[in-house]
Amino acid sequence: MTDTPMIAVRSVNKWFGAFHVLKDVDLVVQRGQKVVVCGPSGSGKSTLIRCINRLEEHDEGEIIVDGIRLDESLEHIAAIRREVGMVFQQFNLFPHLTVLENCVLAQVRARKTPRADAEARAMQYLARVRIPEQASKYPGQLSGGQQQRVAIARSLCMEPKVMLFDEPTSALDPEMIKEVLDVMTDLAQSGMTMICVTHEMGFARKVADLMVFMDHGRVVESSPPAEFFAAPRSDRTRQFLDQILSH
Amino acid sequence: MMTQSRPEEGRAPPLRARGAFFGWLDIVLLAAALVVCGYFVWRTNVQLHYRWNWSVIWPWVARFEDKEGFVAGPILVGLAVTLRLAVWGILLATMIGVVMGFARTSRRLFFRLVASGYVMLIRNIPPLVFVFVFVFFITSQVLPALGVSERVKAWSPATQWVVEALFGPVARLENFLVGLICLAVFTGAYVTEIVRAGLQSVPRAQIEAGESLGLSAFDVRRYVVFPQALKNVVPALSNQFIQMIKDSSLVSLVSVQELAFMAQDIQTSTRRVFEVLLFVGALYFIICWSLSLLFARLEHRNQS
Ligand SMILES: Nc1ncnc2c1ncn2[C@@H]1O[C@H](COP(=O)(O)OP(=O)(O)O)[C@@H](O)[C@H]1O
Ligand SMILES: [Mg+2]
Repeated sequence: MTDTPMIAVRSVNKWFGAFHVLKDVDLVVQRGQKVVVCGPSGSGKSTLIRCINRLEEHDEGEIIVDGIRLDESLEHIAAIRREVGMVFQQFNLFPHLTVLENCVLAQVRARKTPRADAEARAMQYLARVRIPEQASKYPGQLSGGQQQRVAIARSLCMEPKVMLFDEPTSALDPEMIKEVLDVMTDLAQSGMTMICVTHEMGFARKVADLMVFMDHGRVVESSPPAEFFAAPRSDRTRQFLDQILSH
Repeated sequence: MMTQSRPEEGRAPPLRARGAFFGWLDIVLLAAALVVCGYFVWRTNVQLHYRWNWSVIWPWVARFEDKEGFVAGPILVGLAVTLRLAVWGILLATMIGVVMGFARTSRRLFFRLVASGYVMLIRNIPPLVFVFVFVFFITSQVLPALGVSERVKAWSPATQWVVEALFGPVARLENFLVGLICLAVFTGAYVTEIVRAGLQSVPRAQIEAGESLGLSAFDVRRYVVFPQALKNVVPALSNQFIQMIKDSSLVSLVSVQELAFMAQDIQTSTRRVFEVLLFVGALYFIICWSLSLLFARLEHRNQS
């Protein structure tokens, strides 16, 4: 098992109606690897990672997560979702539940973890994202940065093997971006397999093993960060990097 | 996107006028309201030569008998039936509405068809026609066939006592159930629509968050969507339940002896039309108003 890649995306195509959103996308993520995906808005980054846990359905090609093929089988989908955690741009915490309950709900319902154990684990991960003191508050009472860290803790409580991040800092005020990136850096250093859609290039340089640049539904460039930043092969990548690194 | 900023020092905010404001428009409207009331009094007293006699009402509310003490009169008996219709009606209509509301948003075409058929049927028939059709063709055939009252009569006195406390006299049990089911099925259609709107008001992103955590589709609905939906529809539900209590007077047409039925009865025997109407109207007002207060509190608690 350990020599198979964690995630293998092969020749994936997807359409929204007549709109071809993913075009022959290939992406292989090894165990423990950190992949940073960037690219202009609308290039299909979200769609790609949402296909990996079946929030979107791909039309052609194959996606294999930890040896499990993503297909119509509800069991396969459930098994993959057990292994894959996801963090969204808008946090998507459950507003009617406290921070602790947000972290406990899926453990108790989907994993059948006894409540006391679930709470203990929730507190452990809340401590890891550095907000154990907010456990009894509701999401609406927290700042954006705190909410996003709760969202990360909530995902980690399910002890996933892979974490997907979809622009986790894009909805945050500048002063809160760092606290979230610090948590993500810690997580990366702990050996978690990660795919991060982000434009935080400082973070990318620090943790990425592989940089992926997407444009118009295609993976245009995919290379180690040193190469990616120093000598991008395609003009499109260079333009994009100039744009986002210039400010 | 901005974070909340606080005033630098502890300076008090400038004083502003609070919401309540009494201006010339209020005076004009108040005067108009007084004129309308005055006209009503004038018309009944002077033009119709109506002689008010409120004392006639009381024996119909309750009377004192030497042996038994206070005995509930028809108005109190009717009130009890109305209250029972209200409580059970709300429960039953909610159950129907929740099940049908989920069916309405189900992925299965069959469930969607059943639920939307039900809603469509009831929304497009006048309540009056529905009551008669439903009662004569459906409930009044089914309930006697099931032999509900015979069964209850065979139960132990203690159980019967409980049943009477919950649903009223066993002798009128079938009649009560007919009215109740009719009311609940009728109101349930509107509750269905409210529940559907509530379920659809919860952002898609919430469902995705639940699914990405590995919750089953059922658990996502049960623990993520439904509680948020319910919170969003409390005001609409409260409205619908008040409407139902007022609609409960319709089942007097199939001789469920609730408040409106009794009022009709008393009017014919005493000919004190205005007193009876005003008195019973006040009772309905008190029930409905209490319910809206209760819901207002619930809403308030929800928000904090
Ligand atoms: N559910 C959808 N239906 C139709 N079009 C969609 C849908 N989701 C995304 N798109 C379109 O697909 C393209 C790629 O979207 P997305 O993957 O969100 O891009 P990115 O995350 O790179 O900004 C965009 O043009 C977007 O408008
Ligand atoms: Mg996106």
